[in-house]
Amino acid sequence: MKMNLVALLAGVIFGLGLALSQMIDPNKVLNFLDISGDWDPSLAFVMMGALVVTMVTFRFILKRPSPIFESSFHVSKQTVINKPLIIGAAVFGVGWGMTGYCPGPAVASLGLFSKEGVLMVVAIYAGFFAERYFVKK
Amino acid sequence: MENFTPISALLGGALIGISVSLLLLFNGRMAGISGIMNGVFSAPKKEEVWRTLFLVGLIIGAALFQFLTQDSLSAREGYPLWLIIIGGFLVGFGTRLGSGCTSGHGICGIANFSIRSIGATLTFMASGMLTVFILKHLVGVV
Repeated sequence: MKMNLVALLAGVIFGLGLALSQMIDPNKVLNFLDISGDWDPSLAFVMMGALVVTMVTFRFILKRPSPIFESSFHVSKQTVINKPLIIGAAVFGVGWGMTGYCPGPAVASLGLFSKEGVLMVVAIYAGFFAERYFVKK
Repeated sequence: MENFTPISALLGGALIGISVSLLLLFNGRMAGISGIMNGVFSAPKKEEVWRTLFLVGLIIGAALFQFLTQDSLSAREGYPLWLIIIGGFLVGFGTRLGSGCTSGHGICGIANFSIRSIGATLTFMASGMLTVFILKHLVGVV
Protein backbone atom coordinates (compact mmCIF):
# COMPACT_ATOMS: atom_id res chain seq x y z
CA MET A 1 0.00 0.00 0.00
CA LYS A 2 2.69 2.49 1.04
CA MET A 3 4.83 1.47 -1.94
CA ASN A 4 1.89 2.04 -4.26
CA LEU A 5 1.33 5.56 -2.91
CA VAL A 6 5.02 6.40 -3.39
CA ALA A 7 4.84 5.09 -6.96
CA LEU A 8 1.78 7.24 -7.70
CA LEU A 9 3.38 10.34 -6.15
CA ALA A 10 6.68 9.73 -7.99
CA GLY A 11 4.72 9.37 -11.23
CA VAL A 12 2.89 12.68 -10.67
CA ILE A 13 6.17 14.52 -9.96
CA PHE A 14 7.80 12.91 -13.01
CA GLY A 15 4.83 13.96 -15.18
CA LEU A 16 5.01 17.54 -13.84
CA GLY A 17 8.73 17.57 -14.65
CA LEU A 18 8.17 16.37 -18.21
CA ALA A 19 5.51 19.04 -18.72
CA LEU A 20 7.44 21.93 -17.11
CA SER A 21 10.59 21.07 -19.07
CA GLN A 22 8.49 20.68 -22.26
CA MET A 23 10.08 17.31 -22.87
CA ILE A 24 6.46 16.22 -23.28
CA ASP A 25 6.40 18.22 -26.56
CA PRO A 26 7.65 15.91 -29.34
CA ASN A 27 8.50 18.84 -31.61
CA LYS A 28 10.75 20.28 -28.89
CA VAL A 29 12.50 16.90 -28.69
CA LEU A 30 12.94 16.81 -32.47
CA ASN A 31 14.45 20.33 -32.35
CA PHE A 32 16.92 19.04 -29.76
CA LEU A 33 17.89 16.11 -31.97
CA ASP A 34 18.17 18.40 -35.02
CA ILE A 35 21.76 19.56 -34.49
CA SER A 36 22.25 20.64 -38.09
CA GLY A 37 19.08 22.76 -38.12
CA ASP A 38 17.78 25.34 -35.60
CA TRP A 39 19.25 23.44 -32.68
CA ASP A 40 17.39 23.81 -29.35
CA PRO A 41 19.74 22.52 -26.61
CA SER A 42 17.07 22.81 -23.85
CA LEU A 43 16.67 19.07 -23.36
CA ALA A 44 20.34 18.69 -22.47
CA PHE A 45 19.45 20.96 -19.52
CA VAL A 46 16.60 18.62 -18.53
CA MET A 47 19.08 15.79 -18.25
CA MET A 48 21.55 18.03 -16.39
CA GLY A 49 18.85 19.17 -13.95
CA ALA A 50 17.90 15.56 -13.25
CA LEU A 51 21.51 14.39 -12.92
CA VAL A 52 22.45 17.22 -10.53
CA VAL A 53 19.81 15.79 -8.18
CA THR A 54 20.38 12.06 -8.73
CA MET A 55 24.19 12.21 -8.67
CA VAL A 56 23.89 13.47 -5.08
CA THR A 57 20.84 11.55 -3.81
CA PHE A 58 21.87 8.17 -5.27
CA ARG A 59 25.16 8.30 -3.33
CA PHE A 60 23.29 8.59 -0.03
CA ILE A 61 20.40 6.28 -0.91
CA LEU A 62 22.54 3.39 -2.15
CA LYS A 63 24.71 3.57 0.98
CA ARG A 64 21.69 2.48 3.02
CA PRO A 65 21.39 -1.24 3.80
CA SER A 66 17.92 -1.27 2.20
CA PRO A 67 15.16 1.00 0.84
CA ILE A 68 12.56 2.27 3.34
CA PHE A 69 9.58 0.11 2.23
CA GLU A 70 11.43 -2.81 0.63
CA SER A 71 13.92 -5.43 1.76
CA SER A 72 16.50 -4.72 -0.95
CA PHE A 73 17.41 -2.47 -3.88
CA HIS A 74 16.52 -3.66 -7.38
CA VAL A 75 19.52 -2.37 -9.29
CA SER A 76 21.05 -3.94 -12.41
CA LYS A 77 24.36 -5.64 -11.70
CA GLN A 78 25.30 -6.05 -15.35
CA THR A 79 28.53 -4.29 -16.22
CA VAL A 80 29.36 -5.45 -19.76
CA ILE A 81 28.58 -3.43 -22.88
CA ASN A 82 27.29 -6.08 -25.28
CA LYS A 83 25.63 -6.29 -28.68
CA PRO A 84 21.96 -6.32 -27.52
CA LEU A 85 22.58 -3.17 -25.46
CA ILE A 86 24.09 -1.19 -28.33
CA ILE A 87 21.79 -2.51 -31.07
CA GLY A 88 18.76 -1.97 -28.83
CA ALA A 89 19.83 1.58 -27.95
CA ALA A 90 20.48 2.35 -31.64
CA VAL A 91 17.04 1.03 -32.65
CA PHE A 92 15.40 3.01 -29.83
CA GLY A 93 17.18 6.16 -31.05
CA VAL A 94 15.81 5.67 -34.57
CA GLY A 95 12.27 5.42 -33.19
CA TRP A 96 12.87 8.44 -30.94
CA GLY A 97 14.09 10.48 -33.92
CA MET A 98 11.12 9.38 -36.07
CA THR A 99 8.53 10.40 -33.48
CA GLY A 100 10.00 12.79 -30.88
CA TYR A 101 8.69 10.48 -28.13
CA CYS A 102 10.60 8.34 -25.69
CA PRO A 103 8.46 6.16 -23.37
CA GLY A 104 7.88 8.67 -20.51
CA PRO A 105 6.59 11.57 -22.62
CA ALA A 106 4.52 9.13 -24.71
CA VAL A 107 2.59 8.04 -21.59
CA ALA A 108 2.45 11.57 -20.12
CA SER A 109 1.05 12.96 -23.41
CA LEU A 110 -2.15 11.03 -22.69
CA GLY A 111 -2.71 13.65 -19.95
CA LEU A 112 -2.84 16.27 -22.75
CA PHE A 113 -5.41 14.12 -24.62
CA SER A 114 -2.92 13.58 -27.43
CA LYS A 115 -4.41 11.32 -30.12
CA GLU A 116 -1.05 10.39 -31.59
CA GLY A 117 0.12 9.70 -28.02
CA VAL A 118 -2.42 6.87 -27.78
CA LEU A 119 -1.12 5.40 -31.03
CA MET A 120 2.46 5.84 -29.82
CA VAL A 121 1.81 3.95 -26.56
CA VAL A 122 0.07 1.09 -28.42
CA ALA A 123 2.97 0.89 -30.90
CA ILE A 124 5.50 0.81 -28.05
CA TYR A 125 3.69 -2.15 -26.49
CA ALA A 126 3.65 -3.90 -29.89
CA GLY A 127 7.44 -3.45 -29.93
CA PHE A 128 7.73 -4.88 -26.39
CA PHE A 129 5.74 -7.99 -27.34
CA ALA A 130 7.64 -8.44 -30.62
CA GLU A 131 10.97 -8.29 -28.80
CA ARG A 132 9.78 -10.84 -26.26
CA TYR A 133 8.70 -13.31 -28.95
CA PHE A 134 11.46 -12.85 -31.52
CA VAL A 135 14.57 -12.32 -29.44
CA LYS A 136 15.87 -15.45 -27.72
CA LYS A 137 17.09 -14.71 -24.23
CA MET B 1 18.75 28.50 -31.61
CA GLU B 2 15.01 28.18 -31.55
CA ASN B 3 12.94 28.65 -28.38
CA PHE B 4 15.80 27.92 -25.98
CA THR B 5 14.31 27.46 -22.45
CA PRO B 6 17.16 26.55 -20.09
CA ILE B 7 15.51 27.56 -16.77
CA SER B 8 12.27 25.58 -17.12
CA ALA B 9 14.33 22.70 -18.56
CA LEU B 10 16.62 22.65 -15.50
CA LEU B 11 13.71 22.91 -13.05
CA GLY B 12 11.67 20.25 -14.86
CA GLY B 13 14.75 18.05 -14.92
CA ALA B 14 15.21 18.55 -11.17
CA LEU B 15 11.60 17.40 -10.58
CA ILE B 16 12.37 14.27 -12.60
CA GLY B 17 15.49 13.76 -10.47
CA ILE B 18 13.41 14.10 -7.27
CA SER B 19 10.87 11.59 -8.61
CA VAL B 20 13.44 8.88 -9.40
CA SER B 21 15.15 9.53 -6.04
CA LEU B 22 11.86 8.95 -4.16
CA LEU B 23 11.22 5.70 -6.02
CA LEU B 24 14.72 4.45 -5.22
CA LEU B 25 14.75 5.60 -1.58
CA PHE B 26 11.33 4.22 -0.61
CA ASN B 27 10.71 1.36 -3.04
CA GLY B 28 14.24 0.42 -4.08
CA ARG B 29 13.38 0.74 -7.79
CA MET B 30 15.07 2.51 -10.65
CA ALA B 31 12.48 4.62 -12.49
CA GLY B 32 13.15 3.37 -15.99
CA ILE B 33 9.89 4.11 -17.78
CA SER B 34 10.25 1.47 -20.50
CA GLY B 35 10.85 -1.21 -17.86
CA ILE B 36 7.89 0.02 -15.79
CA MET B 37 5.62 0.02 -18.88
CA ASN B 38 6.74 -3.46 -19.89
CA GLY B 39 6.22 -4.79 -16.36
CA VAL B 40 2.57 -3.71 -16.30
CA PHE B 41 1.71 -6.81 -18.36
CA SER B 42 4.57 -9.15 -17.54
CA ALA B 43 5.54 -8.80 -13.89
CA PRO B 44 3.97 -10.76 -10.98
CA LYS B 45 0.59 -9.35 -9.87
CA LYS B 46 1.94 -7.50 -6.83
CA GLU B 47 4.50 -5.81 -9.07
CA GLU B 48 1.92 -4.73 -11.63
CA VAL B 49 0.01 -2.46 -9.24
CA TRP B 50 2.76 0.03 -8.41
CA ARG B 51 3.86 0.12 -12.05
CA THR B 52 0.35 0.92 -13.20
CA LEU B 53 0.01 3.61 -10.51
CA PHE B 54 3.32 5.20 -11.55
CA LEU B 55 2.11 5.45 -15.16
CA VAL B 56 -1.26 6.82 -14.03
CA GLY B 57 0.73 9.37 -12.01
CA LEU B 58 2.63 10.43 -15.15
CA ILE B 59 -0.66 11.14 -16.91
CA ILE B 60 -2.08 12.97 -13.86
CA GLY B 61 1.12 15.05 -13.57
CA ALA B 62 0.88 16.23 -17.17
CA ALA B 63 -2.85 16.93 -16.85
CA LEU B 64 -2.28 18.78 -13.56
CA PHE B 65 0.35 20.99 -15.20
CA GLN B 66 -2.11 21.77 -18.01
CA PHE B 67 -4.75 22.69 -15.44
CA LEU B 68 -2.42 24.86 -13.31
CA THR B 69 -1.02 26.72 -16.34
CA GLN B 70 -4.40 27.05 -18.09
CA ASP B 71 -3.57 24.83 -21.05
CA SER B 72 -0.12 26.21 -21.86
CA LEU B 73 0.75 22.99 -23.70
CA SER B 74 -1.00 21.57 -26.72
CA ALA B 75 -0.95 18.07 -28.18
CA ARG B 76 0.71 17.83 -31.60
CA GLU B 77 -1.68 17.39 -34.53
CA GLY B 78 -1.10 16.45 -38.14
CA TYR B 79 2.19 14.60 -37.73
CA PRO B 80 2.53 11.64 -40.16
CA LEU B 81 0.92 8.70 -38.37
CA TRP B 82 3.00 6.09 -40.22
CA LEU B 83 6.07 7.59 -38.55
CA ILE B 84 4.37 7.24 -35.14
CA ILE B 85 3.39 3.61 -35.79
CA ILE B 86 6.79 2.47 -37.06
CA GLY B 87 8.77 4.74 -34.72
CA GLY B 88 6.71 3.68 -31.70
CA PHE B 89 7.32 0.03 -32.53
CA LEU B 90 11.08 0.67 -32.75
CA VAL B 91 11.03 2.54 -29.41
CA GLY B 92 9.35 -0.47 -27.77
CA PHE B 93 11.56 -3.07 -29.44
CA GLY B 94 14.79 -1.13 -28.93
CA THR B 95 14.22 -0.23 -25.27
CA ARG B 96 13.57 -3.90 -24.39
CA LEU B 97 16.54 -5.21 -26.35
CA GLY B 98 18.74 -2.43 -24.93
CA SER B 99 17.34 -2.76 -21.38
CA GLY B 100 16.28 0.86 -20.96
CA CYS B 101 15.39 4.27 -22.32
CA THR B 102 16.09 7.94 -21.65
CA SER B 103 15.12 7.66 -17.97
CA GLY B 104 16.57 4.24 -17.08
CA HIS B 105 19.89 4.67 -18.84
CA GLY B 106 20.11 8.46 -19.28
CA ILE B 107 19.20 9.51 -15.73
CA CYS B 108 19.24 6.52 -13.33
CA GLY B 109 22.06 4.55 -14.95
CA ILE B 110 24.40 7.50 -15.45
CA ALA B 111 23.79 8.65 -11.84
CA ASN B 112 24.80 5.13 -10.81
CA PHE B 113 27.97 5.49 -12.95
CA SER B 114 26.96 2.47 -15.06
CA ILE B 115 29.27 2.08 -18.04
CA ARG B 116 26.46 0.24 -19.88
CA SER B 117 24.10 3.19 -19.41
CA ILE B 118 26.69 5.70 -20.60
CA GLY B 119 27.27 3.58 -23.71
CA ALA B 120 23.52 3.19 -24.35
CA THR B 121 22.83 6.92 -23.85
CA LEU B 122 25.56 7.99 -26.28
CA THR B 123 24.23 5.44 -28.78
CA PHE B 124 20.57 6.48 -28.73
CA MET B 125 21.46 10.18 -28.77
CA ALA B 126 23.64 9.62 -31.84
CA SER B 127 21.12 7.44 -33.70
CA GLY B 128 18.30 9.84 -32.80
CA MET B 129 20.24 12.80 -34.21
CA LEU B 130 21.18 10.87 -37.34
CA THR B 131 17.55 9.83 -37.86
CA VAL B 132 16.30 13.43 -37.60
CA PHE B 133 19.05 14.57 -39.97
CA ILE B 134 18.00 11.99 -42.56
CA LEU B 135 14.23 12.52 -42.20
CA LYS B 136 14.35 16.32 -42.07
CA HIS B 137 17.29 17.36 -44.21
CA LEU B 138 17.83 14.50 -46.67
CA VAL B 139 14.34 13.04 -47.21
CA GLY B 140 12.30 16.02 -46.03
CA VAL B 141 9.27 14.10 -44.66
CA VAL B 142 9.00 16.11 -41.43
